[in-house]
Amino acid sequence: MSRPLFALMSRDLKLAYRRRDELATPAIFFVLVTTLFPLGLSPQPDLLQSIGPGVVWVAALLAGLIGQQTLFKGDFDDGSLEQLLLCPVSLELLALTRVATHWLTAGLPIVLLSPLMGLLMDYPAHAMGELVLSLLLGTAILSLLGAVGAALTVGLRQSGMLMPILVLPLAVPVLIFGAQAAAQAAGGGDPGAALYLLAAMLVLGITLAPFAIAAAVRVSLES
Amino acid sequence: MDRHSWAWFHRFASPPYVYRFAGALAPWCAWTALLLIGFGLYGGLWSSPPDYQQGDGFRIIYIHVPSAYLSMMCYALLALASAVGLVWRIKLAHAVAVAAAPLGASFTFLALVTGSLWGKPMWGTFWVWDARLTSELILLFLYLGFIALNRAYEDPRSGDRAAAVLAVVGVVNLPIIHYSVVWWSSLHQGSTRFFGGEAEIATSMVIPLLLMILGFTMLFGACLLKRMQAEILARERDAAWAAEVA
Repeated sequence: MSRPLFALMSRDLKLAYRRRDELATPAIFFVLVTTLFPLGLSPQPDLLQSIGPGVVWVAALLAGLIGQQTLFKGDFDDGSLEQLLLCPVSLELLALTRVATHWLTAGLPIVLLSPLMGLLMDYPAHAMGELVLSLLLGTAILSLLGAVGAALTVGLRQSGMLMPILVLPLAVPVLIFGAQAAAQAAGGGDPGAALYLLAAMLVLGITLAPFAIAAAVRVSLES
Repeated sequence: MDRHSWAWFHRFASPPYVYRFAGALAPWCAWTALLLIGFGLYGGLWSSPPDYQQGDGFRIIYIHVPSAYLSMMCYALLALASAVGLVWRIKLAHAVAVAAAPLGASFTFLALVTGSLWGKPMWGTFWVWDARLTSELILLFLYLGFIALNRAYEDPRSGDRAAAVLAVVGVVNLPIIHYSVVWWSSLHQGSTRFFGGEAEIATSMVIPLLLMILGFTMLFGACLLKRMQAEILARERDAAWAAEVA
């Protein structure tokens, strides 16, 4: 890894570590949203079993987006984002590094908490590995998509509600294949196809999303 | 190739020229649209027989199919204009995209409403999570996101470029969204077919439908040209030529 990328990554990790309480917010949000569904519907085991994979996935999707709204905000406000633009490394690689670091601090906790939420939703223990795997791939794609939305709205005052509106329609395929993989694994089926499609989308996202994120950052800095 | 043979093309980067060009073309589109839609409606509502299964209910396709087709064509146009604007920094291309977005959203909404009105007597419910309906709904959200992002920026130039990035990301995603929804709905329920297939529609129904599709496209063209004129005037409001024509 080249030195500027490594420096950016270690700086982001250090900042995240110093604001540990902020780190917990997406994870708490994830747990809370998942808890709301049995309360709002009914705690019957057969209902929970049928909606479980979808609920865990929707909660992870929303928590991931909430966590991403401030992805570029701090750097935009204090001007570091402009310094990143001046960096000799391409903005695309810097954006990819930023997304990867942020995923480590915001996406990974959600993935690690998901078996616990699976247990709450009566998700079968034998399929837990597939649930985690689907979320591992899915949250990474969502991080890339969310970063595009975060970069597009970073300079706006009312970015709070706008960013999810931009990103959620684009996240539909991820939700469909992710929840499908988890549900098929729970039902004893083969989640292979859905997981491979998620992996393919992740590859496509890693390839193309950095260009969109970089373009969006440039637009935001020009305004 | 001779350099001057392309010179005419550069005029399309000049706002006053495009303003006059759009103004001259718009009435032609509007009158053709009126004529085609008039003939299409006559053929569709009076001279073609009721369907043997659906009775008169099928006649809503004369609005539904053109709207659905335009909702998708308009997004393609919007994304193309956005890409042109981003790559070559042509401001007028952004004006085309911004002018097209509310039209596309309207046709998408019209396609959803007519589809749901058709669904009530045919399927017994206003809404079915059918692949086509669902992807149309997501398309509507994409349009709304484009419009919201464009308007959220105070500086219209940044708003143009930000919304253009979103449109390009959206158009890359659109096939993935469409096929994921098709796959998802085929797992949930049997795929719902509107008719047996293209070949089974009688000629007396196909001709009015084609007329309506062409007519709606012309109507879309006329609205787009007028909206572009308004958009260009709003953007060039400080220019001397704009004060003259307005």
